[in-house]
Amino acid sequence: MIEWGLYNYWVVIFLMMTGLYVVIARGNLIKKIIGLNIFQVSVIMFYVSMGKVKGGTAPIEAAGFEVYSNPLPHVLMLTAIVVGVATTALALALVVRIKEAYGTIEEDEIRQIESNEDAS
Amino acid sequence: MTAATAVGLAVAWPLFAVVLIIAFQRWPNLRETGTLLTGGSLFAIVAGVILPEVQAGGRPRFDVWEVLPGLDLAFEVEPLGMLFGLVASGLWIVTTFYSIGYMRGHHEKNQTRFYICFAIAISGALGVAFAANVFTLFVFYELITLSTYPLVTHAGTEKARNAGRMYLGILMGTSIAFLLFALVWTWLATGTTDFRPGGILAGKVEGPQLMILLALYAFGTGKAALMPFHRWLPAAMVAPTPVSALLHAVAVVKAGVFTILKVVVYVFGIDLLAATDASRWLTWVAAFTIIAASCVALGKDNLKARLAYSTISQLSYIVLGAALATTAGVIGGGMHIVMHAVGKITLFFCAGAIMVGAHKTEVSELDGLGRRMPFTFGAFLLGSLSVIGLPPMGGSWSKWFLMLGAAEAGQWVMMVVLMASSLLSIGYLMPVVVRGFFRSAPVDDGHGDHAGSGIHEAPLLCVLPPVATALGGIVLFFYAEDIWQLLMGMVP
Amino acid sequence: MIEGIWTLIGDDLPALQIAVPLLAATLCILVRRPMAAWSVAMVVAWSSFANAGVLLHRVLTTGTISYAEGGWPVPWGIELRIDLLNALVLLVVTGICAIVLLAAPRSIKAEIPRDKQYLFYATYLLCMTGLAGMTITGDAFNIFVFLEISSLSSYALISQGSTRRALTSAIQYLVMGTIGGTFILLGIGMLYMVTGTLNIVDLADQLALVGPNRTVLVAAACIAVGVGIKLAVFPLHIWLPNAYTYAPAIVTAFIAATSTKVAYYVLIRFAYSIFRINLTFDGTQPSAILMMLGIAAMFLGSLVAIFQDDIKRMLAYSSVAQIGYMVLGLSFANEYGLTGGLVHVFNHAVMKCGLFLVLACVLLRMRSTRLSAFEGLGRRMPLTFAAFVLGGLSLVGVPLTVGFVSKWYLVLGALEAGLWPVAVLILMSSILALVYIWRVVEVGYFKAPPEGADEITEAPVSMLLPTWILIGSTLVFGVWTSLSAGVASAAARMLIGGGS
Repeated sequence: MIEWGLYNYWVVIFLMMTGLYVVIARGNLIKKIIGLNIFQVSVIMFYVSMGKVKGGTAPIEAAGFEVYSNPLPHVLMLTAIVVGVATTALALALVVRIKEAYGTIEEDEIRQIESNEDAS
Repeated sequence: MTAATAVGLAVAWPLFAVVLIIAFQRWPNLRETGTLLTGGSLFAIVAGVILPEVQAGGRPRFDVWEVLPGLDLAFEVEPLGMLFGLVASGLWIVTTFYSIGYMRGHHEKNQTRFYICFAIAISGALGVAFAANVFTLFVFYELITLSTYPLVTHAGTEKARNAGRMYLGILMGTSIAFLLFALVWTWLATGTTDFRPGGILAGKVEGPQLMILLALYAFGTGKAALMPFHRWLPAAMVAPTPVSALLHAVAVVKAGVFTILKVVVYVFGIDLLAATDASRWLTWVAAFTIIAASCVALGKDNLKARLAYSTISQLSYIVLGAALATTAGVIGGGMHIVMHAVGKITLFFCAGAIMVGAHKTEVSELDGLGRRMPFTFGAFLLGSLSVIGLPPMGGSWSKWFLMLGAAEAGQWVMMVVLMASSLLSIGYLMPVVVRGFFRSAPVDDGHGDHAGSGIHEAPLLCVLPPVATALGGIVLFFYAEDIWQLLMGMVP
Repeated sequence: MIEGIWTLIGDDLPALQIAVPLLAATLCILVRRPMAAWSVAMVVAWSSFANAGVLLHRVLTTGTISYAEGGWPVPWGIELRIDLLNALVLLVVTGICAIVLLAAPRSIKAEIPRDKQYLFYATYLLCMTGLAGMTITGDAFNIFVFLEISSLSSYALISQGSTRRALTSAIQYLVMGTIGGTFILLGIGMLYMVTGTLNIVDLADQLALVGPNRTVLVAAACIAVGVGIKLAVFPLHIWLPNAYTYAPAIVTAFIAATSTKVAYYVLIRFAYSIFRINLTFDGTQPSAILMMLGIAAMFLGSLVAIFQDDIKRMLAYSSVAQIGYMVLGLSFANEYGLTGGLVHVFNHAVMKCGLFLVLACVLLRMRSTRLSAFEGLGRRMPLTFAAFVLGGLSLVGVPLTVGFVSKWYLVLGALEAGLWPVAVLILMSSILALVYIWRVVEVGYFKAPPEGADEITEAPVSMLLPTWILIGSTLVFGVWTSLSAGVASAAARMLIGGGS
């Protein structure tokens, strides 16, 4: 039976597979980068949802609260988000340069240009 | 100088020649003098300092460095190595004289590179001769392969390059695939790779594994030209003749059979092999090589090719001696290293002299040449007698001991093989002498300007060495007893 | 005064290993002029190398170093933990960084525009920071962070190649590398979920308490795949040939010798120190899978290398094969095999970096690295070509070179594990290496230099020097093995013994 309490993992799996699918199946470089982002987000979701404790409040010490969510995964994911942003920025910069150099950002067209170059 | 330091010095000494050669490269006569001086002093060290010590029963040792735990570079001289060292250092001098005559007579290019590689190859040969363990032997074995590659491909032509490929491919291929495997296995089984009297494998490796290990050593030593890994030898004939003389007498092939002999005596131990009969299969492989190579030699018209196949056949004599696993067989093998070296180098020197003096390479072209080049063909005759195994040439003694070894092992078939091989060698060597002396030269042989009779020999430096080594073969006939005494030190 | 400085920083050397290059990278960005930036980079790289030497010495004499960053106590704070294993890897990484930098100015002059060169040095230092950090950290998530730092800077470095293919190679590497990094992140997350800690030593202890658990198995798989992509183990090696071929020559020399080695270190660290290699996936031993992949890499890498026309690409495929050797050594799971893999980290770094530096020299003079550029090179650039021959012989495994030392331990490992067919395969692939190396040697010595070639001179000293430092090291360390093999076998013993 499907455990409805574990719905967060289903979300993670769905995002992960979507992201990977987009990276593999789409030829447009921008779409690949988007797919990569979705893939990274899935893992971020994994950590964040892992940190939430049932009945826990935000991890800021305050009177009257006993159960707090785990702050560590959130902190780790701040780093991971930054990494994701940097990767995306770098990838987009590369895509701009590729467009300037090849005139296209479609992977199959680039491959065609390169194999023509090799053949000559 | 103690014998121990002499051992280390001897291996490094030829490299001193390299320094001299590079320094004097612009002045050919000085350059060649450098090589000769080094060669002379090397022989003095080997024969004057190390030999007396070994003859007296000593085993001078020189440790260089421990590379890995249990794997060290070290030298230790025992009778067999002593003999090989003498052959290598002594024949280097003779070959250098011959090279001067040949390379200049043929106006060869890149002579500096030639002499440098020669020197390094001799250093490698001495390293193999004096190695104290299989690892050191392996190191110098590979050094020989690498330093002789530029010699084999000296001509720089496409044919030379292809020959070089086969040379390197077979020699390095077999050494990496089989010999290295055997080395690692030996180390793993015994914890050492040292050569010790009586061997190190007794009790550590048993049964069929012993045969497999022996196979790895035998086929891993591609330089011994055991079939089917023999093709590199005829391919290497594309090299200049001094190189062929070096390859077939001094450095390369003798290093190969020396390795097999040394491994059989000092790693396996002939008692272990005799008791377990682990080398019986090797006698058959060697016998096959002896006969098959001789048969091929019969059909070769190119003189150098014929001599190449003769070498393949003769090398397997030594392997057979080792495989018989008896005292006489092993001594016969060791003696044959010397006798065959001297005999074969004579034959190759003559082939080169014929090439330089008369520009002929095929046996069928040699009719009547003997009368114009009597010294060359005379030397060829003596060298042939040595290889065939007839008195008064030294080769008769080594053959005698090999037959004795076969009898001791009860292997009568091998005696027949040895005798048949002698007959076959008569078949492929004597025609050269017969054609040269007893046939008349064809009328038009392209040498219109020396029409008529009269001696027209090759340059002096191409004729003196073969005559010297031919006479050396006679001298060795009388020294066989001393060699036998020395080699008896091998077996406890 | 030296005493004073030493007492001040002596304890903080591990942290300085990361902090100094990081800050220096920023300094390089501020300093616009190329040679000034290079000087900063040189000072930092060589002092880091010295630092690594000091740390190795300390580990050898006093044992594992544990450094708590920021003073936070260990399981909760981030720890820098240096034992024999990562001290050796750190030495290799910083050494390569320093030596390659010697050749950098002359080499990148031809490939990177002058006004961008200071950025090159900054990125180089950032990459070095990332690699050093990955090596010495004792915290699993920290490994991911430094992995991404080094990866991102490598993507940027690779894209600086002179052809437009550098861009596509960089983005291909980026996509694959990011997927790999994210898998590692996922795996670490699962481990955290099961144990509640990120510190490596603590993870090991907690995992031992947890026992067999499916989450742990999946985490191991994710991490293995992720690290495998960075390690370029067959069949996840697709990014490597393009990245190595089209990157600037210096960058290839640097990255080929460091990034895959650090990934290998991470794999060993996870396998031995965290999972304590007692995982079974329903009867299939992970070591069997690794062994098959290693053998496949060995053969396919070498075979494909034989048919390459571009020699840089040939050496890239050769690297795939060599990584196969390292993985094979790991898969034997005995002391000899692990020593073989670890010593090959050292040896291959030295060999391959030297060979790629030779290619950098050839590229500088001949403006091409195709086989045709090597014609007659033995005569025109004798020192450079001699370096290639020596490095090539080392790849083949001629005794007295470092390649032999690696082969020795790998074959021993195979025989010790009772797998003599694998030993045979290892030796066969050495023969394949002989084939592809000798192709180049023949062309260099047998073919005449092409007609009308300009008067090609020998490579400049600034590039020949580091090349020969490395190629000379292949001979030196082939004979003096107590640093490379000695430390490697001690590290292997320590890992197998379960210590840290």
